[in-house]
Amino acid sequence: MAVRVQAEGFDPGAELSGFACGRTDVGAVVSFTGVVRDTDGGLDRMEIEHYPGMTERAIAAMVETATARWDLADCLVIHRHGAMMPGEQIMMVATAAPHRVAAFEAAEFLMDYLKSRAPFWKKEFGTDGSGWVESKDEDEDALSRWE
Amino acid sequence: MLDVMYFAWVRERIGEPREQVETNAATVAELIEELRRREERYALAFSDLSALRVALDQELSDFDAPLDGVREVAFFPPMTGG
Repeated sequence: MAVRVQAEGFDPGAELSGFACGRTDVGAVVSFTGVVRDTDGGLDRMEIEHYPGMTERAIAAMVETATARWDLADCLVIHRHGAMMPGEQIMMVATAAPHRVAAFEAAEFLMDYLKSRAPFWKKEFGTDGSGWVESKDEDEDALSRWE
Repeated sequence: MLDVMYFAWVRERIGEPREQVETNAATVAELIEELRRREERYALAFSDLSALRVALDQELSDFDAPLDGVREVAFFPPMTGG
């Protein structure tokens, strides 16, 4: 299990190649990569603020919940903060399990919780100025299916 | 003495990321009332509590929570990670 909160970019392919590598008890690996999206063609960059200390604790707690709930062999969470350009990777989740259902569900669970329970705040800077990305009700609603 | 931290637009409205606050507030709600009365920028930042979240010693909490034994309070908008 590994959690990394970092400003630097990362290579999702390289991360995935090394993930759960050489383990013979793993039958399924699932990964998700979040990318900075330029919705209307006017985005210059995104800046992500976070709460150092709480961020790591909150993600570690999510990973702990996921490993208690699903039969996971390994789990990786990488989340960036600071400035990033459209097309750059923001974050990545990977899960490895004996069976695919556990790997898929745990990855979705982690994604849903990272979205609205990890202390990150996105701000977009574009040709029309800047603004904080607002949370969506559907992101909050997504958590209820895991209760 | 409490360490009070602000993030995202809450930080921008208040104009600083953290400060030490001398307070006898028993709950988060009481602390917010004290801050609101201080200056306009606090009143503005805390005008709509439904748009705010609070963490006590780096754990998400709520506005009714007691401050007894708490060292660090953080105010911020709903999180937008992922």
